[in-house]
Amino acid sequence: MPPAPAAAPAFESSLGHPTFASIGFFFLIILVTLVITWWAARKTRTSSEYYAAGRSVSALQNGFALAGDYMSAASFLGISGMVALKGYDGMIYATGWLMGWPALMFLVAEPLRNLGKFTFADVVAYRLRQGPVRIAAAVGGILTTIFYTIAQMVGSGSLIALMFGMPFVLAEVLVGAVMLLYVLFGGMLATTWVQIIKAVLLLCGVTVLTGLVMSKFGFSLPALYRAANDLYPAKHLLVPGELTASPLDAISLGLALMFGLLGLPHILMRFYTVPDAKAARVSVLYATGLIGYFYVIIPIVGFGAAVLLSLKDGTGAMTTLGDKVITAFDRGGNMAAPLLAEAMWGSAFLGFIAAVAFATILAVVAGLTLAGASAYSHDIYVSVIKKGRATEEEQVKAAKIATVIFGVVAVALGIAFQGQNVAFMVGLAFAIAASANFPALLMAIVWKRFTTWGAVWSILVGGLSSVSMIVLSKTVWVDLFHFEQAIFPMKNPAIFSMTAAFAAGIVVSLLTPEPEAQKKFESEKLRTYLGVGAE
Amino acid sequence: MSAAPPVEASKTATELIESPDFRALVRTRWTVSFTLLGLLFVGYYGYILLVATAPGVVARRLSEAPDAITNVGLVLGIATLVFAWILTAVYVVWANRSYDPEVERLKSQLRR
Repeated sequence: MPPAPAAAPAFESSLGHPTFASIGFFFLIILVTLVITWWAARKTRTSSEYYAAGRSVSALQNGFALAGDYMSAASFLGISGMVALKGYDGMIYATGWLMGWPALMFLVAEPLRNLGKFTFADVVAYRLRQGPVRIAAAVGGILTTIFYTIAQMVGSGSLIALMFGMPFVLAEVLVGAVMLLYVLFGGMLATTWVQIIKAVLLLCGVTVLTGLVMSKFGFSLPALYRAANDLYPAKHLLVPGELTASPLDAISLGLALMFGLLGLPHILMRFYTVPDAKAARVSVLYATGLIGYFYVIIPIVGFGAAVLLSLKDGTGAMTTLGDKVITAFDRGGNMAAPLLAEAMWGSAFLGFIAAVAFATILAVVAGLTLAGASAYSHDIYVSVIKKGRATEEEQVKAAKIATVIFGVVAVALGIAFQGQNVAFMVGLAFAIAASANFPALLMAIVWKRFTTWGAVWSILVGGLSSVSMIVLSKTVWVDLFHFEQAIFPMKNPAIFSMTAAFAAGIVVSLLTPEPEAQKKFESEKLRTYLGVGAE
Repeated sequence: MSAAPPVEASKTATELIESPDFRALVRTRWTVSFTLLGLLFVGYYGYILLVATAPGVVARRLSEAPDAITNVGLVLGIATLVFAWILTAVYVVWANRSYDPEVERLKSQLRR
């Protein structure tokens, strides 16, 4: 039954109009998290408490916090919207987001915990000359964090504007201010608990939404698939579409998603919050389970939105299809899940989901801020400028100043990029993480002959090649700069930039042998594998 | 790995690092890791390549029945996620049962 072509969607939504429920949940979340911050602030005095929650977080808590750090509003709203509009392609895309977690466990989680103190640069620089390596690794870390933050901030501003009807700039300032309160006063402990609360709320919200969708189809997945398939006969929702049109590009995207995780500073930093390598290991298993569950059920929300948001007239005939209803609110499909929540359980449930999305943004930005701040205050200020000789007070003070600077910069960049399409910046963050941060980190852990200049060149080559290839690709060169033709033919550079970073690291290391670093590699093994002397 | 014999904390750090047991521990750790990583690669990139190169196979329905709707791709997508989690769980079970006790045994040999 084709709908009338240009029929305006007649879906009445309270989206964009603050309701009692949405405001209520919104303030409840802010109140609870600020109480936690007040409690955490009394336990946050030393640098180890500020950056790493005193290494007191349990494996289960860290599992939830890792999941909270990783499941951004982009994955919740974006992937459900992508499934609603494009079907199976959204499922393929969702799969890639989990694949980094097993790799993180196998390659870096335990050595990272044993060798490092607060940042991943601790591990890269462990046996190398601190100055050059720290600076290179910190720049890689800060670039990754900044691009990820811009994407989050711009997305959050439009999201809050869309859901609460709040002006963009006010939304940015509000996110920045609340997030800074968490990080500045409660440090990693408050940030961890914000992540845990957000992960629980998000998983509960999506579970309820999934249950409501399934109840409409007699709890039968095939019935849901059939309804989606039959409603959109021309779209072929159940088979692969354009996402994998180029196998090389699809593999390259997969590599960036998989190994990008292993270079995300705000994720890696979480491993220092647990007491030992065993807790780090177990926390990855919890996180993988929670995130995997999330990506298994999120397509159900997407398919459900495509079917259940369709409008019927009085006689039961279809007037507007669900995809038209969704794109009328947001062209990218980001409002599929909130609209579905409202269609299922009314504006109170929409208010809850909107508040959860807001908490999601706050939590992710708080984690990013702590990571970005530590790359400057711990890696550059304390380790390079003060040569590691800073008192506890100086370290905490530097961390707090860096936190404020990063928070202000985040808000400023969010406002500066208002209205721009910044979706590519998440891809950019993952490409830099996979190409600049991950190769150096892995080689530092496993390769005896890795050297200072090998590390610096690996980071430089990986970072510069991934950034320039993305700039020259269609996403930026054509869509943003409006040139005729992309110079780099693919969308995802990771397969080349990651290879280039490993090649640069290996070649330069072999050309600049560093016997001192090789000797230290042997003696650090007790710490890497047995945890002897780990902090 | 045999049961720990009554140990004396007798080895220096260098002796322990150079001992055959420690080398075996490190070798086994990376063998397990890279084997599991290899399986992850085969599972995930195999899935992506199958979707990219053989869409016909992916679109094939599971049953011949006229009302059957679930196709190979829908099942494989979820199976890939479950497979990744299982690999993670295998690593944790191995590490808890086999790696950790050996770490404790070797640590007890270290003269402090």
